[in-house]
Amino acid sequence: MKNSLLLGAVAAAGLVAGAAGAGTLEDVKERGKLNCGISTGLVGFASQDANGEWQGFDVAVCQAVAAAVFGDPKAVEFTPVTNKVRFEVLNSGEIDMLSRNTTWTFSRDVDLKLDFLGVNYYDGQGFMVPTELGVSSAKELDGATVCIQQGTTTELNLADYFRVNNISYEPVPITTASEAQQQYLAGACDVYTTDASGLAATRAAFEDPSAHVILPEIISKEPLGPLVRHGDDEWGDVVRWSLNALIAAEELDITSANIDELAAGTDNPEINRLLGSEGTLGEMLGLSADWAASAIKANGNYGEIFEKYIGETTPIGLARGLNAQWTDGGLLYAPPFR
Amino acid sequence: MVHTPEQLAFVRTETLPAQAPPATAAGPVHWLRANLFSSIPQGIMTLIALYLIYSFLVAVIPWFANGVWDATSIRDCREQLDGARGGCFAVLSERWPQLLFGNYPSEHYGRATLAFVLLFVALAPLLFSELPRKMLWFTGLFPFLAYWLIWGGSIWVPVLALLGVVLGFVVYQLLADRSFFGAIIAGVAASMLFWVYLVGPLDSALSAIANISLDKVESREIGGFMINFILGISSMALALPLGIALALGRQSDLPIIKTICVVFIEFIRGVPLITLLFVASVMLAYFLPPGSNFDLILRVIIMITLFAAAYMAEAIRGGLAALPRGQYEAGASIGLDYWQSMRLIILPQALKISIPSIVNIALSLFKDTTLVSIISMFDVLGMIGGPILSSTAWFGVYWELYIAAAAMFFVFCYGISQYSQYLERKLATDRR
Amino acid sequence: MSLATDPPSQSFRLSMLLNDTRYRGYTFQVIALLALVALFTWLISNAITNLAALGQDIDFGFLGQPAGYDINQQLIPFVSTNTHMRAAIVGVLNTLLVAILGCILATIVGVVVGVLRLSSNWLVAKIMSIYVEIFRNVPVLIWILIVFNVMANALPSPRAFRGDDPDASMLFNAFAFTNRGVYVPKPVWLDGSSIVVGVFIASIIAIFALRRYARHLLYSQGRELPVLPLSLALFFLPTLAAFFAMGQPISLDYPALKGFNFQGGLQIRGSFLALWLALSLYTGAFIAENVRGAILSVSKGQSEAAASLGLRPGRIMSLVVLPQALRVMIPPNISQYLNLTKNSSLAAAVGYMDITGTLGGITLNQTGRSFEAILLLMGFYLAISLAISGIMNLYNNSVKLKER
Repeated sequence: MKNSLLLGAVAAAGLVAGAAGAGTLEDVKERGKLNCGISTGLVGFASQDANGEWQGFDVAVCQAVAAAVFGDPKAVEFTPVTNKVRFEVLNSGEIDMLSRNTTWTFSRDVDLKLDFLGVNYYDGQGFMVPTELGVSSAKELDGATVCIQQGTTTELNLADYFRVNNISYEPVPITTASEAQQQYLAGACDVYTTDASGLAATRAAFEDPSAHVILPEIISKEPLGPLVRHGDDEWGDVVRWSLNALIAAEELDITSANIDELAAGTDNPEINRLLGSEGTLGEMLGLSADWAASAIKANGNYGEIFEKYIGETTPIGLARGLNAQWTDGGLLYAPPFR
Repeated sequence: MVHTPEQLAFVRTETLPAQAPPATAAGPVHWLRANLFSSIPQGIMTLIALYLIYSFLVAVIPWFANGVWDATSIRDCREQLDGARGGCFAVLSERWPQLLFGNYPSEHYGRATLAFVLLFVALAPLLFSELPRKMLWFTGLFPFLAYWLIWGGSIWVPVLALLGVVLGFVVYQLLADRSFFGAIIAGVAASMLFWVYLVGPLDSALSAIANISLDKVESREIGGFMINFILGISSMALALPLGIALALGRQSDLPIIKTICVVFIEFIRGVPLITLLFVASVMLAYFLPPGSNFDLILRVIIMITLFAAAYMAEAIRGGLAALPRGQYEAGASIGLDYWQSMRLIILPQALKISIPSIVNIALSLFKDTTLVSIISMFDVLGMIGGPILSSTAWFGVYWELYIAAAAMFFVFCYGISQYSQYLERKLATDRR
Repeated sequence: MSLATDPPSQSFRLSMLLNDTRYRGYTFQVIALLALVALFTWLISNAITNLAALGQDIDFGFLGQPAGYDINQQLIPFVSTNTHMRAAIVGVLNTLLVAILGCILATIVGVVVGVLRLSSNWLVAKIMSIYVEIFRNVPVLIWILIVFNVMANALPSPRAFRGDDPDASMLFNAFAFTNRGVYVPKPVWLDGSSIVVGVFIASIIAIFALRRYARHLLYSQGRELPVLPLSLALFFLPTLAAFFAMGQPISLDYPALKGFNFQGGLQIRGSFLALWLALSLYTGAFIAENVRGAILSVSKGQSEAAASLGLRPGRIMSLVVLPQALRVMIPPNISQYLNLTKNSSLAAAVGYMDITGTLGGITLNQTGRSFEAILLLMGFYLAISLAISGIMNLYNNSVKLKER
């Protein structure tokens, strides 16, 4: 009875989605849409406007990949996923890639059979306290109540840090940023901890941001980046190099303003190879020659995306910091396109 | 002794007009004394209650009265309030369509609203027995119509699905004389075969002839309060027949069937709905053939249906148990077989007895559909906690949205429970 | 010639399996069983194929790994280097704690509200019915969130207790109501305290024995003992005597503001309080309806008869009406207790670390072993539900009207 109901419902509703075959790239091309997993909501990284359009820093990665494959940044279906289900949804083939502030760790890469393809944001876990407490270092937090936004690896870092420094604390785990903010503002906890980018976003939304201070300690490394299923290297290459194209474009001063001009051909061979006027990089990936140009046109280069969604001109107001190009003392370093 | 008129000094010829009762025995004062201050402890309770009401109103009224209804972001709201305490209801005015429809394409809101209105037309004959029975035809058509309106696509898919049902019914009618149970199985099998093998090709053929279609809407775009309704109504409709089957199975004399039903019912009733939803969102994919993959809404409907069916089975079992033994025996004594006596005598009465508990199950099911927000579906709570509160404009708003969601649920659930009480009163008079 | 005809004796034919009612039942059952076995084989073989294709396996070994996270409310000691298994047990205990206390509080709320809803005081009855309708008709998840945030915003934070002229102060210098929870004095057990506890338990037993004896005396000889004063004396005197005789072996550890928080004493955490109150108020509204229905089902003649014997209204309720209503309300209340226990799995919404928060939450997130974690989770809830319904059914059978 159960089974027949199930089959009948499937057949009647005609909702059977395409089967995940051997090559994800072929599947995506055949479907005409990229299925991309994103956060259910994280200020600046993935959120919806009043028209229901997704936008944000993580969303822009999905759009760049869609543009690289189809030449159209809109050819992407967003599937919002929570912490609990994100890897299962990816493994079951429901989404082709996950771009959802997920920390690249050893056990995820190896044990959970996932492939991390690079880093689009170097984050780290920090602390925020009210200024009136007069705390200037996380080492002074002995006995404090700490609100934790349950996230990628937040709880583990916190437990490790306090154990190593021999400080006692009272953890209060909270599921969403808005809940955590309510608790923190009401004084139900002394400290709020999550990734530094999240802290900045939260602080920016306060009525009086100057009444709160972000402590200097960053207690963890949180390289956040897109990931795909293990074992499909062709598809992994497409996502990896789409991200690298965005980073390289900033390094090479290719912006959405001048890209059409540069795409016609320049005297810099690397720009020419990247934008497809020279060499066959696109063909090697199984994409068209102007794949990288389309990816960059979607939302601009890495720097433009950063400024548009989370940079200093937005209410979130993040500085580039570690996420500056290697030439500016940051960690962003795209391998050469040749 | 007989009085003669001459002996009396005074005889009243007309009655006096009635006097007003004393102030303490009628009017507001009497009402106050009888209902609020009948004794000292009662008086104390009244005063405590009045104080509670007062402090609640003092806390809440300014918040509503100062509320800002027109602003573009929470920062704008704070500027307008300028330090005063008040709600930022502008988030409701701006995001109201998202609360109702999720990410449903805004140009098609009309379609979803039409489906919602038609829902009441379809439910009316089920809810009120005074309405003409012919309206039940529309109720039968409604699921197909609603599917087409909400999801769009070619009209032939729902039409052919409906044809499959008709085919199954015809097969059932042809065989019903031989064996009721066999006829049901054959009917269901016929519908299944039609759906699985014929709907696809026929759809493409018919679409080639006459292409009537609405714009397709993806399941992931459906959200908000609408998804609570879709999940609640469709699971309820599917769970009722399944629940009847389980209840009959649990009552049956066949030990294996009975064991299967008991294990199923007790298992489902023993685990929280949220774990079943985890199964739907995470584990179900593992149990299906490699590569197959179907819609999350459908998986969730299946799980909620199974959940509701187990509770429904218990409600109907209660109805079956409440019937006097004589009814079963009467059925047997006039030579009806098991299915005939169930269909003609037992179930109509048992279902009628269990209607109030079925309505209660529907009510709690509707409320429980909010749990899908935990598995990243954008129902009304998911919409609030996800996209709306994480947008840069509204991050920091809180109470306004949750109170609005609570109010929406209250309106519908209170309506259903009032209906249920009306039904109980009506059925109670019927029995006399 | 006999009137009874023997059934025509005929040899067994295959068609009899379908047409003969003697065999048809078996046919159906065998078919159902085969279908079920086939379904499960299909599902399990699919699962094996899928897991193999992803290179994963089902392995409960992660339970032995260090958990790496901390849990705030621990009924047994737990540090972040303990295993996931121990974290799961801490979660189980937290679930049981909130479920058991929730059932008790929900019953109290339900009975009080159910009785008050029938009160002759118009205002009280109205407030109670508004409470019942509002709580019954709004999803429990919303209630949990609302109660949690009302508590966070309405109660003062520990900071408010600081300074020379604090905004908030402690009750009797022993109780502090803050938005991080309620701090109460904690008993400290010293040498000899076990004797005091033993005496206390013995005096409780003695009180029950006294009540039994008093009832026996009342029924057999018609003499009434002053039960209440005697019970109170038994309750306090022997324990107090033992307490001072042993040299005050039990002292209280009072909470005091130190650093960021109150230290010492016993902390009843905000997340626990919020979940506990929300579940109890929500379930209490349903229980109140059951109680009201049960009271109304007791025929009016019962209370009139009791009134004509001269019982006061309070005693009519407690001696005549409620005992009879109890039988009616137990079965529906059992399912409310089960619902409360299952709804406690929504604890994650307020960060209460129950089994869904530890095993089904952080452990699942960190290890990615969702398959195994969800199976364990379902197994646990199934066991606890069966246990509750088993115990409550036993109780139901013991108070059921003995029909002879």
